[in-house]
Amino acid sequence: MSLWTIAWRNITQRGTASALTAFSMSLGVLLVTAVLSVHGLIAKSFMDNSTLGYDLIAGAKGGKLQLVLNTVFYLSEPVENLPYSFYQEFLTAEQQAAELKDMSVENRGKLEDGYYASDTSLAIPVCLGDYYKRFRVIGTLPKLFDDITLDYENNTGYDFSEGRNFEIWNEENGYFEAVVGSIVANETGLKIGDKIVATHGSSDENADVHDDSPFILVGILKSSGTPNDRAVFVNMEGFYLMADHSKPVEGDEEAVASENEAGVKAKRKPLPLKNREVTAILIKTASPFAPIAITNQVNEGNVAQVVQPIMEIFALFKVIVDPIKTVLLVLTIIICFVSGISILVSIYNSMSERKHDIAVMRALGASRKAVMGIVLLESILLSVGGGMLGWIGGHLMLGAFGPTIEAKTGVAIGFFDIAPSSKALDAYLPFGIMISTEFLIIPGLILLAIIVGFLPAYTAYKTDVANALNNS
Amino acid sequence: MLLIEDIHKSYTQPNGAPLPILDIPKFEVAAAEQMVIVGRSGCGKTTMLQVIAGISTADSGSVRIDGLDICRLSEEGRDKFRAEKLGYVFQTFNLLSGFTAFENVMLGMTFTRKSSDRNRARHLLERVGLEHRMDHKPRSLSVGEQQRVAVARALANRPRLLLADEPTANVDPANQQAIIDLIRESCQEEEISLVMVTHAVEVADQFQRVEPLENINRLAKPAKDVA
Ligand SMILES: Nc1ncnc2c1ncn2[C@@H]1O[C@H](COP(=O)(O)OP(=O)(O)OP(=O)(O)O)[C@@H](O)[C@H]1O
Ligand SMILES: [Mg+2]
Repeated sequence: MSLWTIAWRNITQRGTASALTAFSMSLGVLLVTAVLSVHGLIAKSFMDNSTLGYDLIAGAKGGKLQLVLNTVFYLSEPVENLPYSFYQEFLTAEQQAAELKDMSVENRGKLEDGYYASDTSLAIPVCLGDYYKRFRVIGTLPKLFDDITLDYENNTGYDFSEGRNFEIWNEENGYFEAVVGSIVANETGLKIGDKIVATHGSSDENADVHDDSPFILVGILKSSGTPNDRAVFVNMEGFYLMADHSKPVEGDEEAVASENEAGVKAKRKPLPLKNREVTAILIKTASPFAPIAITNQVNEGNVAQVVQPIMEIFALFKVIVDPIKTVLLVLTIIICFVSGISILVSIYNSMSERKHDIAVMRALGASRKAVMGIVLLESILLSVGGGMLGWIGGHLMLGAFGPTIEAKTGVAIGFFDIAPSSKALDAYLPFGIMISTEFLIIPGLILLAIIVGFLPAYTAYKTDVANALNNS
Repeated sequence: MLLIEDIHKSYTQPNGAPLPILDIPKFEVAAAEQMVIVGRSGCGKTTMLQVIAGISTADSGSVRIDGLDICRLSEEGRDKFRAEKLGYVFQTFNLLSGFTAFENVMLGMTFTRKSSDRNRARHLLERVGLEHRMDHKPRSLSVGEQQRVAVARALANRPRLLLADEPTANVDPANQQAIIDLIRESCQEEEISLVMVTHAVEVADQFQRVEPLENINRLAKPAKDVA
């Protein structure tokens, strides 16, 4: 018979008390698992959001984080705008000509290669400020969905579950086509062909309604678990034509207004460049050194700033999500510790009854270390056994709620996912430990078991055999 | 086989003064010899067995078993000696209540370096007539049956010396005889030396060698003095 068997017998002998203490340990570990998994989920959705398909964001000077929150997460207070000409600095003359082919030369001016064009492989303008119900409206160009690669391995970008990408201009809808994310479509019930009327400045019902310029929904994006699910994308050219979206330029308000009052959508002319602004530019650079070069040069000037969104996202993650995880983890670990104390109490209470058993084993030749070991093994069996149950329970729960979580967040999670992707996140962080935190649960439990088992084990160690035998 | 020389042992009284219990100039048991110690209550019989077993330590003197002086051994050395060379049957509550009869016998082999032998445990339980009670916990065994399990356990590690401290004190006369026979036959079969303490005259009468403790221990007063 091994010491394990003896320890197990002792546990089963105190059936109810053992079961209760092991159960409380299960609950503790279940909570730890839940915290780790939820943190992993959040980390994973951050990660998913950070495979943006571009590596820089240019915006007006101001808060970096605010720029990222606005352009990546569609959150936070709106930021200042940049002149359209700054966007042109990222395009070649040829690219500009293609995008502005409908515009008269007097409205667009002479086109030249942009200063940063050679370092840029893709630049996408983004105009923010409007809402559709509670969702942000993003004025942009079709290349956001056409040219961005999200998954480089499979060379895939954005997918549509229904319809198609919007076009800059076509006969049917002119400049007024829109695309929405999956959550927007679900929540509002919008269907292909429906009209979308944006409100200016806020999601407030009473805000200015741009009912002069309804957009026509032509596509619904596949759920991606990213903020894009919650966004309405409209053609930037149409966005500019909405009332108040033209930057007033001294001396020519008249001309702009008269040009666009024609009424028939398809006939409306694009807004002259001098009246245009963009909120941000999403930039995919052409070489590994380009991000640093562009960042330094832009940030030296006083018009704009360039941020690396991944850095900001990780900074945000470190500042907000990690501390919450730490607090929750500390709380749940305290719960485990309390369960550990209950194991201590349960074993310790049994020690006086067991003095005689211990003395008998000693008389049979068991050493002090052996009887001490038996008590420690009991503690380990209870906490690791209970803990494993909790761990399995936690994963069963994840397995059960996996489909719901995936539907809500777009993050797939199942029974076998081990604290998803804190690993993936760690890979990006300097000195990150590469093993999942969950694999620390077992050694942690063993350590806890030894700590709480020590006192009763020491009692066993100290048992005076002759005395215990005589006093039974 | 067993040779005790100049053993002194005293307990400490609650007031701190020493309470001398044992003063044994010399005591010897031959290999495979079976003997009985008698003596009035409190004269130090259990203390003497515990000193022989290394459960209690003597203040001075030597206890040699097969030439090995256990008084010179470390505590761990004495634990190992008990595990390998000694069998011990207590007066009562020999068994661990959470373990079956079979497991209790297995415990007798657990702490040796030799691997536990399930067949020997089964054989010993058959030997004491309890093959049909192997999976019973002690609370579902009679006191006599419990003592038989204790005998089987004491023999499990093939000891050289068996100490039995009033093994039949709580057993009816019929069972008493059965247990005594069992112990004697087993010791004979396996050539184990036996030192048994008993109060029962009818048990003592069956042994060739019966030693009143006052003959061994200078500090033990003769029974008649008290009576
Ligand atoms: N731990 C101890 N501390 C102090 N005195 C003790 C201790 N253990 C035993 N004694 C005393 O030592 C004496 C001998 O005890 P022991 O148990 O050896 O007697 P015994 O001969 O086995 O008696 P019985 O026949 O009743 O079992 C007794 O007077 C007892 O009170
Ligand atoms: Mg006694």
